[in-house]
Amino acid sequence: MIPAGERPAWIETTLREHFEPEHLEVQDESHLHRGHPGAAAGGGHFRVTLVSPRFVGHARLARHRMVYDALGDAMKADIHALSVRAFTPEEWEQESA
Amino acid sequence: MMNVSDAIRNRIGSIIASDRVVLFMKGTPQAPQCGFSASVIQILDRFLPSYTTFDALGDPEIREGIKAYSSWPTIPQLYIDGEFIGGCDIVQEMFASGELEKTLRGETPASAD
Repeated sequence: MIPAGERPAWIETTLREHFEPEHLEVQDESHLHRGHPGAAAGGGHFRVTLVSPRFVGHARLARHRMVYDALGDAMKADIHALSVRAFTPEEWEQESA
Repeated sequence: MMNVSDAIRNRIGSIIASDRVVLFMKGTPQAPQCGFSASVIQILDRFLPSYTTFDALGDPEIREGIKAYSSWPTIPQLYIDGEFIGGCDIVQEMFASGELEKTLRGETPASAD
């Protein structure tokens, strides 16, 4: 497993490699879930906002799957829960306008 | 993703076919064991007097099997009219946009892909 303190950086590096994002935020929310059964097994809770041209032409479900696939086996052990917001650059412009 | 045996696949298929709206979750609607499952329940309760939930925590075979079946690594997972809708984030987004209500009414096809 990836040490808990290194997970946000690992997620960020991995997503940068896969998506060449224009914008990427990774928030570690594991501290909000201490004592809850998934947290007890050691997996962290993370919130990701990802803006990438790779998402153009992909529906929401497909985008989430692309993110999960990129994170691979870490989804089984290191990441207990992951919130994903995946935008195309154009959508992001509207979102942040 | 790991393979699921035909037996588990058939079990999951019959759970999904048992109702229009089926939620695989952690815990029960009265006692959800995870905040994400609780959020989905809160949203579905606004629109539906009843729907089917399946507690994946009580059934390790389904808990792992549903992840492979849906090609989706986390629980909760929502199915409407036999179509996989997504997890908590997607349900919340669809609720906010009004899309979920339309899908539940059968006005738009369930599939988002």
